[in-house]
Amino acid sequence: MAYSDKVIDHYTNPRNVGTLDKSSHKVGTGLVGAPECGDVMRLQIQVDDNNVITDAKFKTFGCGSAIASSSLATEWLKGKSIDDAMKIDNMDIVEELALPPVKIHCSVLAEDAIKAAINDFRVKNGLAPIESEKVHH
Amino acid sequence: MNLPIYLDNNATTPMDPRVLEAMLPYFTTKFGNAASRNHPFGWVAEEGVDYAREQVAKLIGANEKEIIFTSGATESDNLAIKGVFEMYKEKGNHIITTVTEHKAVLDACKHVEKLGGKVTYLPVKEDGILDLAVLEAAMTSETILVSVMYGNNEIGVIQPIKEISAIAHKYGALFMTDAVQAVGKIPVDVNKDGIDLLALSAHKIYGPKGVGALYVRRKGPRVKVTAQMDGGGHERGMRSGTLNVPGIVGLGKACELCGLEMESEAKRLSAMRDRLQTALTVLEESYVNGNVEHRLPHVANISFKYVEGEGLMMAMKDLAVSSGSACTSASLEPSYVLKSLGLSDDLAHSSIRFGLGRFTTDEEVDYAIEVTKKSVTHLRELSPLWEMFKEGIDLNSIEWAEH
Repeated sequence: MAYSDKVIDHYTNPRNVGTLDKSSHKVGTGLVGAPECGDVMRLQIQVDDNNVITDAKFKTFGCGSAIASSSLATEWLKGKSIDDAMKIDNMDIVEELALPPVKIHCSVLAEDAIKAAINDFRVKNGLAPIESEKVHH
Repeated sequence: MNLPIYLDNNATTPMDPRVLEAMLPYFTTKFGNAASRNHPFGWVAEEGVDYAREQVAKLIGANEKEIIFTSGATESDNLAIKGVFEMYKEKGNHIITTVTEHKAVLDACKHVEKLGGKVTYLPVKEDGILDLAVLEAAMTSETILVSVMYGNNEIGVIQPIKEISAIAHKYGALFMTDAVQAVGKIPVDVNKDGIDLLALSAHKIYGPKGVGALYVRRKGPRVKVTAQMDGGGHERGMRSGTLNVPGIVGLGKACELCGLEMESEAKRLSAMRDRLQTALTVLEESYVNGNVEHRLPHVANISFKYVEGEGLMMAMKDLAVSSGSACTSASLEPSYVLKSLGLSDDLAHSSIRFGLGRFTTDEEVDYAIEVTKKSVTHLRELSPLWEMFKEGIDLNSIEWAEH
């Protein structure tokens, strides 16, 4: 199975690899997936006083598509408001990276990671987590 | 040195040019049907087949009359297991095999179960080797066949074949082995090893794809299998179908070359393999899977913890290797062979199989070492699990959301 150019690009030059201070109340951390399943994503966001994401970092254990999905997610998150970030859909990632059907779970994981990071931030700041009612494609 | 480098010789091997040369006339001038008894075209083809039969027999210490040509090892495995069950089911209905067998054996056994047979799938020890006491305990008066592979395709572990066959015979059962990975790589002798049926394949030993053989013992005891293909009664009635003469000639030549070169080749390959393994296990948290002493000379299966196998293979794009990770297939289950050694799923996902071959050079091994080390290091920098490990966090203490 050949990878798309965009997957290869993100895989070869991953954007925003790294770690933010997870103890800061301005930082939200999402850790999703499981080692047993061969995919673990950690996505972190740094949020300013206007609820805008000023920085995003990731680290991923997984295949090329999982690494590319999380790298792309951090690129999209930077500069977005929390509300807009909640609207990122896994199918947007599928489309952008031209992921084949067997790799759709990688995009789902990236969307889950975004939502988990946002909820971690909300809970840290005294807000209720947002329940996702979305049914994944 | 040409890129990419092929280190997946357990999947298939390139054909040796000497094998191709031997085959070529049988496509064109010597095109006859080996079953045509009444003209020289048939005789010439038959001569080619007869010679190949001797070449194959010689490599495994058999008599040429005991060699049945097939389309490959999958067919040989099927013919042996289903054929023995059908032939001997009045005597007993129990077959014993192991969980680390090739799918061709496991699925043929599943088929036998559908036909009313009973199959015991024995576990293996942590190093991949079958415990003889466990085998003996599973033997019953109903057991007609024990089927245990010679060398494993994923981890290269060699089973104690002589001891296993002795146990099978002690209880009056036949012993069959899928020897696809072992034949031509290490000495295999059907008499010394006590083998009654043996499956082999040409394309794993630098021969063509689409041809293999089943050894069926003729003396002490005389073994019979029920044909699975009906037709003209070729191959002593055990496998009908016009013989694939060029393929068979290629298999014969491939066997002859392995016989001549095996001893020196095994030394060369195991030295290269050990060098690769030593260099790669210098990396922190890397583990060799399976027994390292009783192992085929050309295989090393290594898990690089906290790095996922498919992601790793993508980083090593100039190396053709194989992974026990499931991300490569539609199912998300990692290798059943690695799991049966008791490896956790995450270690199974982190495994890479290096399979060296006749055309692998020292320069290629050097390159593979460098690329693998660089890729593992790079991916660990991206890995949240590696970071947690470095921070001393016990990954088992985390409640992972399985998806």
